[in-house]
Amino acid sequence: MAEKPKLAMYWAAACGGCEISILDIEEHLLDVDAAFDLAFFPCIADFKTKDVEAMPDKSITVCLFNGAIRNSENEYMAKLMRQKSVVLVAYGSCAAEGCIPGLANFYDKKSIFDFAYKESPSTVNPEGKVPVPRTQMPEGEIEIPEFWDTVKTLNQVVDVDYYIPGCPPQSDQAWAVIETVVDILQNGKELPPAGTVLGAGNKTCCDECPRERKEKKIKKFVRPYEIIPDPDTCLMEQGLVCCGPATRDGCGAKCVKAGIPCRGCYGVPAGVSDQGAKMVAALASVIDSEDPEEIERIIDGIVDPAGTFYRFSLAASTLRRVQLESLRPAAAASQEK
Amino acid sequence: MAANEKGDRGGPRIGVFTCHCGVNISQTVDVEACRDFAAQCPNVVVSQDYKFMCSNTGQELIQRAIEEHSLDRVVVAACSPLMHEPTFRSACEKAGLNRFLFQMANIREQCAWVHDDRQMASAKARALINAAIRRVALQEPLQPYETKINPATLIIGGGIAGIQAALELAEANQPVYLVEREPTIGGKMAVFDKTFPTLDCAACILTPKMVSVSHRESIRLRTMHEVEEVAGHMGNYRVRLRRRQRYVDVDRCTGCGQCISHCPATRIPSSREIIRDGRVMTEVTRDPASGRKVARSFDPTMLHPDASSRSGPEDYSSGVVSDEEISKDLQKFEQPRRGGPSPMQRYLRLVRAQSKMSEEQVERRRTGDCTGCGFCAEICDGLVGATAIRMASIGKDERGKDQMRPFLVSLDACIGCGACATVCPTGFLTIRDRADDKGRIRDFALGNHSAIYLPFPQAVPKVPVIDAESCIHLQLGEGCGVCHNVCEPEAIRFGQQEEIEEIEVGQILVATGYQLFDASSIPQYGHGRLDNVISSLEFEAMLNSTGPTGGHVRMKNGEEPRAIAIIHCVGSRDDNHHRYCSRVCCMCGLKFAHLVKDRTSAEVYQLYIDMRAFGKGYEEFYSRVLEEGVNIIRGKAAEVVEQRFGDMSEGILHVRCEDTLIGKFRDIPVDMVILCNALEPDADTERLGNILGVSRSPDGFFLERHPKLDPVGTVSDGIYLAGACQGPKDIPDTVAQAQAAAARILSTITKGSVMLDPIKATIAHESCSGCRICNSLCPYSAISYDPEESVSTVNVTLCKGCGTCVAACPSGAITGAGFRDDQILAELEGILV
Amino acid sequence: MAWEPKIVAFLCNWCTYTGADLAGVSRIKSPANIRSIRIMCSGRMDPTFIVKAFALGADGVLVSGCHPGDCHYVEGNYKALRRVHLMKRLLRDLGIDPRRLRLTWVSAAEAEDWAKFTTEFTETIRELGPLQLVEGSGTLVSATAGNGN
Repeated sequence: MAEKPKLAMYWAAACGGCEISILDIEEHLLDVDAAFDLAFFPCIADFKTKDVEAMPDKSITVCLFNGAIRNSENEYMAKLMRQKSVVLVAYGSCAAEGCIPGLANFYDKKSIFDFAYKESPSTVNPEGKVPVPRTQMPEGEIEIPEFWDTVKTLNQVVDVDYYIPGCPPQSDQAWAVIETVVDILQNGKELPPAGTVLGAGNKTCCDECPRERKEKKIKKFVRPYEIIPDPDTCLMEQGLVCCGPATRDGCGAKCVKAGIPCRGCYGVPAGVSDQGAKMVAALASVIDSEDPEEIERIIDGIVDPAGTFYRFSLAASTLRRVQLESLRPAAAASQEK
Repeated sequence: MAANEKGDRGGPRIGVFTCHCGVNISQTVDVEACRDFAAQCPNVVVSQDYKFMCSNTGQELIQRAIEEHSLDRVVVAACSPLMHEPTFRSACEKAGLNRFLFQMANIREQCAWVHDDRQMASAKARALINAAIRRVALQEPLQPYETKINPATLIIGGGIAGIQAALELAEANQPVYLVEREPTIGGKMAVFDKTFPTLDCAACILTPKMVSVSHRESIRLRTMHEVEEVAGHMGNYRVRLRRRQRYVDVDRCTGCGQCISHCPATRIPSSREIIRDGRVMTEVTRDPASGRKVARSFDPTMLHPDASSRSGPEDYSSGVVSDEEISKDLQKFEQPRRGGPSPMQRYLRLVRAQSKMSEEQVERRRTGDCTGCGFCAEICDGLVGATAIRMASIGKDERGKDQMRPFLVSLDACIGCGACATVCPTGFLTIRDRADDKGRIRDFALGNHSAIYLPFPQAVPKVPVIDAESCIHLQLGEGCGVCHNVCEPEAIRFGQQEEIEEIEVGQILVATGYQLFDASSIPQYGHGRLDNVISSLEFEAMLNSTGPTGGHVRMKNGEEPRAIAIIHCVGSRDDNHHRYCSRVCCMCGLKFAHLVKDRTSAEVYQLYIDMRAFGKGYEEFYSRVLEEGVNIIRGKAAEVVEQRFGDMSEGILHVRCEDTLIGKFRDIPVDMVILCNALEPDADTERLGNILGVSRSPDGFFLERHPKLDPVGTVSDGIYLAGACQGPKDIPDTVAQAQAAAARILSTITKGSVMLDPIKATIAHESCSGCRICNSLCPYSAISYDPEESVSTVNVTLCKGCGTCVAACPSGAITGAGFRDDQILAELEGILV
Repeated sequence: MAWEPKIVAFLCNWCTYTGADLAGVSRIKSPANIRSIRIMCSGRMDPTFIVKAFALGADGVLVSGCHPGDCHYVEGNYKALRRVHLMKRLLRDLGIDPRRLRLTWVSAAEAEDWAKFTTEFTETIRELGPLQLVEGSGTLVSATAGNGN
């Protein structure tokens, strides 16, 4: 019997939801098991990094890598998985575009540490200790991963072959992708071109949204708790900030069907490079005012525009993060002095 | 020449051609360095520089390079694409390259000409060239759209420019819509009496042209029309015209003028007063808020003695005139059957019966005193139906007869129509334009003064118009109707409404002319405050033989002035008002001087800053006027001050100025001051500019495409300019520009079709999710939504290529040909790295 | 060499680009820091271009079109107005001084205004200093990378 292809799934800065989405394929897990040998899957079986390190390069056929690159360990693992895998897939929004961990790019290491270890109300840390990579203890030196200022996406540290978007990817889409991969492997078919987005459509969330859409003119933005949206009308037309028009389809429009505006987890649509900028372009276009003051008032209704438009894609966006304090001109100028 | 062997790997093969533009570019930009920089850029296979790339030799150089190096993309770094992009695109096309595989780097207008630092400018030029190279690599061949030219032309404005252009086009049998917002064509020139420098009679040279317009079958004249909306593009414009009410059917009217001679109401714009025996009886103004007429009176002695305690029309009966007499009056003025004499005719007969007046009455009539005839009260009651005036006795005369005088019975009833003044045989009652009081002669006061009037005798079309504000019937919604009753062809249309007409034309000529600067905004000159300080057009009207004084130069009191000052540059060449020179005023002032000398014995003083006699025969005219003994003073008038002595009916006007040639202040006493007001853009210029998409210069006049190379065209293809709407102009220049515009229009009509840029948006249905963000954005409604397929589509014939939808499309489904995202981003990258 | 601000200007074809040309014809000087990109209408201005410009090392971005009411395409400039207003919020949240993005209206005739605005804006950017998003070169992305349309 020929050796089965090897499958790996690793989590970097992630919540674990991506693993759950794989487990949610239910009985198809048996098919996965039939088609692959699990080479590395820390969530469901006990593997050690050193096991992977010991594998020959490119010995893993497919690695589903989820989670963003938050620290030195994430980056090391990304590079390791790249080295050992034939096909590296950015699985889920975190690996593909930074996702919720990527929102940390609105801050930097210092401000995150200050809040998490010193300033948050539930913290008691009179000595003001924060994690450092190396600590001398009586028992010897302890090393923990180094925390970066900036959360990166997988493709910002290694080459990525394919992307499966979603937070998490829908299980049916995940299964469909696996099925395709199995078909390709078993029948010697050609792989799709590198960079292809799998398990998603080529349109936007609106394509799957059953709500009726009209010409849009927005006089006022509202937040979801402020209204009970009409069940049949486009949410954006009701003043809700719905990222659906600037989000790739494939999720089945589950949120909007439930009356919650699309949050944008399936990422930028094909042909768009920056989800936030496109949301600005689209949303601002349909604001129904020509008076600068009124426009300002209407825009005031969008709470945290950057956080809303870049909720999932900040780390992958054109500007990637808030300008670092150390690089701001004032700081730069004072350094020169 | 720098060439290398790149582009062999299937990438684009780009040629870069950098122009020195003589020394225009090379004096600030290191052109050789630009050439060498371009040579080492990716995909560039040839990079050359040349002295004048737009010359024939330069174009041949490009064409040769395209053939020799099998170029498939061309960049020219030279002037602005708005200048020579068409030139170079055609050059590429001649060498077999699609004209859209070409890109320009603007290193002249936006680089060499605006920077001094050679190093910075050269670095910027390289960045611009780099941007063009990266952009052109991503450009794709596009095919221009061919569109047929509708031969009809819309000409906006029926002054001399519009008339001339219309006649030129009609001469070639091309259809023309000549749209004029006034009741007649002729424009400002129709007001003039003589034209400088030849002193041609303006009417003699203009009237035949106006008449000719009305005779040409291919000219469709649309007077009292305004352009409301313009849609479409070069070759195919759809235009909405709004017709204001003339209240006279242009097709039925024969121009006999019966209506005018019978109209009892006086045409005065907005604010008038009825004068009784030299004192104001009522003052009627229009309330700007409600638009309604409001009558006021301040003089209680004008009120009817018996009506003073009562008000309203029910106070009809009075002890002075019995009810019986009133009803007799009413019978007398009952509306006649058609064909019978009109009430007005009956009035006129009554007036003629004045010969039966007593000696005393005749004397009173001679002195302008009231004869007590009561026509005023009768017409107000019977014909107007207002019953604002009634007669009352002011006592008995020697023979024991009541001396009857008109009094105001109801303030609310008076509409200020002036019918009472019209029938008053003695001038005891008169009507007066309140605004006419000081200097101004509103409306340039040509033609007759009845509510239905012909703007001037030579008007085309020769059809009267009813001034709705002055017309009794239109004001009251009933009554009078004299014009209707006397009109044999039944052309009066009181019920006429505004109408919208849609026309289709291929090209548009804007010839909307100018308006006169309002001199009252220079208060020290006293226009509108001092009698006998008048504007140039008011003086033109005065000189006109059909004007208020029949062509005589007269002061307010009717006397001939002994000395006149003519002040130049009123509002022109003035930082507080218009910085530009209005070009015509010097010559116009000289013309006035000549005509004053010709018609009066008055002394004339010209106060000028610089004498600009630039045109053909102008300097000679200046010399001639000098020889006629006109006093020429170089200096800007500082102020005009009125001085009155005793019971002088007109004060003496002191014009104070510095005579800069003798270096002394002067104080010149004159009887009359004529201001040479600046020519400024018509008040409607901004609105019309927005409708047409034609920009305006800082001075507010319409902006030509190029001041030297295309003074007739605008940035909008198919829309042209002629006359003073583009800038102050005299008649010869206006006519020349109108003829030039007509030639341009005819050349396009003859060509039959034009090629339009294929810069259009398209929606890829495979990417469109039908979010409908773009649907409401298109100003041309070119985007439609298909609910079945849940996709939007751009109608390319309606799309004008602005790209708003492309920018807004959140799914990246809309592509703007020629300005695709990747092309713009490549340019951005090239400019920044 | 001392730091010089890099400013990208997106100009509408009909008003500001023509006005900037007129400034050239009239030889009205302005700083060489401004480099313009011609678009047909300020309504074509995609906020994506603005973030890309900053990411590519621009220190300031100027968008200029026809005056309100004067747009060659009726109302494209109002769309630019709304997008720039919202974009300034986004930039603020991303730690980029919103003054680095400016929207102006310059007609085809306002050559002097063009020179004035560009001089002013260059000075503003000079005062704000260089926009450094990453250590080193200052450019963050390649414009042609990723999906273009």
